[in-house]
Amino acid sequence: MTERQSPPSPDSSNRQGPTLEDLDARLRKARGIESSREGRDGAGAGLQSGMSGVGAMLRIGIEMVSAVAVGFGIGWLLDSWLGTKPWLMILFFFMGSAAGILGVFRATGRIAYGPGAVTRDEKSKQDAEVSARNDRE
Amino acid sequence: MAGPLEQFEIKTLVPIHIGGVDASFTNASLFMVVAVTAVTLFLTIGMRKREMVPGRWQSMSELIYQFVAGMVRENVGNEGRAYFPFIFTLFMFILFANLIGLLPYSFTVTSHIIVTFALAGVVFVGVTIIALVKHGLKFFSYFVPHGTPVVMMPLLVPIEVISYLARPVTLALRLFANMTAGHTMLKVFAGFVILLGVFGVAPMVVIVALYGLELLVALLQAYVFAILTSLYLHDALHLH
Repeated sequence: MTERQSPPSPDSSNRQGPTLEDLDARLRKARGIESSREGRDGAGAGLQSGMSGVGAMLRIGIEMVSAVAVGFGIGWLLDSWLGTKPWLMILFFFMGSAAGILGVFRATGRIAYGPGAVTRDEKSKQDAEVSARNDRE
Repeated sequence: MAGPLEQFEIKTLVPIHIGGVDASFTNASLFMVVAVTAVTLFLTIGMRKREMVPGRWQSMSELIYQFVAGMVRENVGNEGRAYFPFIFTLFMFILFANLIGLLPYSFTVTSHIIVTFALAGVVFVGVTIIALVKHGLKFFSYFVPHGTPVVMMPLLVPIEVISYLARPVTLALRLFANMTAGHTMLKVFAGFVILLGVFGVAPMVVIVALYGLELLVALLQAYVFAILTSLYLHDALHLH
């Protein structure tokens, strides 16, 4: 735990100054702890290290299969709507496969999580900037 | 001897038919009620005394609360506080449904894909509505990855849309597959115990180990469901 600051002694000339500074320092410290914990690093690491072996395999398999199934389903629906069987079905099957591979890469944390999302390093850098800006204000 | 899949059978307890729709109260409904009641009792009785120095029960409730609150804060940010009750409810319901399902003679609600898909569907629709309300049409820029050349757009945007639509399917399948696989495995090994007679001690040992693993999976899957909901919510609130 953080060490408690000793209360300012009553004989100090400016009683207001030290207390506010104290508070500021403590806030800064607390914010530092918060911002270092922030971001998805903790979450992602927990997810990956918590599930080893079979769990990870199941997870990745599901990621792949569901994207392919959704792609195929969209193609099938569009086909039966537009009457272009089986062309959209084939097209969307491959699209779904691509989405599945994308999902696997995202699940394993090789690339950033969402489309256009920043990677973890950039994210933590941005977080640091934001917290620095907040501190200045 | 009961087959390994018989544990997943839905049995009607109180037949109810409303306008030709079968809305019977089944064993699945019963165990959902049991899970909700257990969560409510666990939290309200645990917090009844409201001691400054919490006892064992109270600190269990407080630990779970703080765990989920921390998860929401870290993954969604401060805007996520408004959605904390939803994520906490979701986490507690799935956790208790999973754990109650591990008791002998009970029924695992989360081993039915329609239940997990309903949960995932609520998350998916809710998150999409939040994103649409918050960002309006700008929400659709989510499907365009940063710095995409215009030529690549017709290829990349459908892929992103499919991967977005696959989210509830993945979410539902993961919980369902984990619970079903684990419970089936337990039942199969339990069958071996009876078949092998005296030598049934060996599969019995395996069952003990598997049961420990299943406890871990029950906790982990509730956590994974809640954390993925938080991540989707983060995306909905911040878009990128």
